[in-house]
Amino acid sequence: MSVAPAPAPTKATKPVSAPGSRPRRRGRWGTQIFLTAVSLGFLAPLLLAVYASLRPYDETAEEGYFSLPKSLSFDYYEQAFNDSEMTKYFVNTLIIAVPGVLIVLFLASFVAFAVSRLRMRGGIVLVMLFTAGNLLPQQVIITPLYALFNQIELPYWMSDSYLMYDSYWAVLAVQVGFQLGFCVFVLANFMRTLPQEIIEAAIVDGAGVWTQYWRITLPLCRPALAALGTLQFTWMYNDFLWALVFINTGDKLPITSALNNLSGQYFTDHNLLAAGSVIVAAPTIIVFLLLQRHFIAGLTLGSSKG
Amino acid sequence: MSLTSTRGDRGRRRRGARRFTRRDRIVLGVLLGLAILIDLFIVWGPTLASIGLSFTNYDGVSDIGWVGLDNYRTAFTEYPQFWPAVRHNLMWLGFLGLVATPFGLFLAVLIDRGVRFSRFYQSAIYLPVVLSLAIVGFIAQLVFSRDQGALNALLGRQDNPIDWIGDPDINIWMVMIAAAWRHTGYVMILYLAGLKAVDATLKEAAAIDGASERQTFFRVVFPTLRPVNIIVMVITVIEALRAFDIVYAINRGRNGLELLSVLVTDNIIGEASRIGFGSAIAVVLLVLSLGFVVTYLVQELRGEKNR
Repeated sequence: MSVAPAPAPTKATKPVSAPGSRPRRRGRWGTQIFLTAVSLGFLAPLLLAVYASLRPYDETAEEGYFSLPKSLSFDYYEQAFNDSEMTKYFVNTLIIAVPGVLIVLFLASFVAFAVSRLRMRGGIVLVMLFTAGNLLPQQVIITPLYALFNQIELPYWMSDSYLMYDSYWAVLAVQVGFQLGFCVFVLANFMRTLPQEIIEAAIVDGAGVWTQYWRITLPLCRPALAALGTLQFTWMYNDFLWALVFINTGDKLPITSALNNLSGQYFTDHNLLAAGSVIVAAPTIIVFLLLQRHFIAGLTLGSSKG
Repeated sequence: MSLTSTRGDRGRRRRGARRFTRRDRIVLGVLLGLAILIDLFIVWGPTLASIGLSFTNYDGVSDIGWVGLDNYRTAFTEYPQFWPAVRHNLMWLGFLGLVATPFGLFLAVLIDRGVRFSRFYQSAIYLPVVLSLAIVGFIAQLVFSRDQGALNALLGRQDNPIDWIGDPDINIWMVMIAAAWRHTGYVMILYLAGLKAVDATLKEAAAIDGASERQTFFRVVFPTLRPVNIIVMVITVIEALRAFDIVYAINRGRNGLELLSVLVTDNIIGEASRIGFGSAIAVVLLVLSLGFVVTYLVQELRGEKNR
């Protein structure tokens, strides 16, 4: 399945190298060297983290991170994985992120469908309402939500704190509510590029709104949904703030916040922290390398409309 | 005459209404309603509530008391971390806007010229974007830490080390560099997509007219990138005002790394639980961002009308 990088770039099929394909351009080598240097510079901190995580603390404490290794081992990975019970926190993250992505894509695609395909009046206002909400700084909404979630009582099977506060529901609700805006914006832009005739034909055949949405429009949006899903999963996985504020019990923290537990109050073993960081970053990096096209398409879907 | 025109209008409206059967209206009502409810409940309601709470002394436990502008007065005149935080947020904005964003654009232009290995460059520069900002904070500690950090080793300063992260005069710069590490790739990818969509014949025409490469870019290509420029501007502002994770991962936003977002969080989840006061700081943050958000929406609406 191929992904259109942007909904309506007219010249998307043109080879990228068209303007630069003239031979012996001046400064070509300079450009290559410069870009290589920048790329390595950008990779360097990550490589350093991997390198540090493989070396024992005593050695780097004595010689610094910038020294030749005497011993390399995966001990820190084992320790980071076991000591901080990473598996548990991974599961916590998945409990929030997987339903979060599915719900947000479902609701956002329906709003986008209603606005852009049914040509409803007030559609623009609706898109604006959602988009602007996504642009607010998170801290603006945190305080009242914190107070509110402390008031909402939930039965025990939903939350062992009997409150919405300190439960996955709080983080899930905020993730969905906050990300809706971005997804509506992107999907509405994407759906506008689909031919309207398909919907009209379906209406003539007597299809209802649900059929028009679920059976006709959504299948056409598959590339956009894949791109957006990848991106949203990464964002929800990377979240740090929501869980920090809305979850109190250490056992319920998602993986990024749990990483904080690896740094001690008075003493931090940076090599252990490096190993933990690498473990936590690995899924997003793997997702990125495997689904690079989807990922980048998701980011650019909303920005470069024709 | 007038009769036919009203009939026509009404007919169209009625057709619009008849387009939806009863079942359709239920589907629309439930799903649209649900989405709108969630948005109001999670985003807009709390935003308004924040503004309201900022005029009270609410602490989560005792009764709410109206205190007028007291919270703002305290923040502006007495709260020692407030002005440093504002200054840091604005520095952050300036650094991302004047250094990281132009650098991202520059890299995008270089890569778009069609150099060899462009995919490698693209991926390498983009990779930090997929990292959690908290992890960026942790990695920054490896590079900048005083005794074992890579930077001091690189500069050969092990004997006379600089405390890049601990020194409150310089640590904000180091953290901004770490933030820029991530921001540059983001900007680059947006501009790369934008540049690919630029009509190549425009560039050819400019070249035929004798324009130099620089003239072509600034006079022809850059203006056509306007939609991307607006998006990048909004992202830059929002990232700068939202900045939180990196400093919180490094030292919980103290000792030279104060930010407005940290102050809000500290005031509500700290022991003090000064919700009213925290809200006042959040409203300051809201006002700072609102100007840019409104500009963006006006642009969007205008584009919408031209569509």
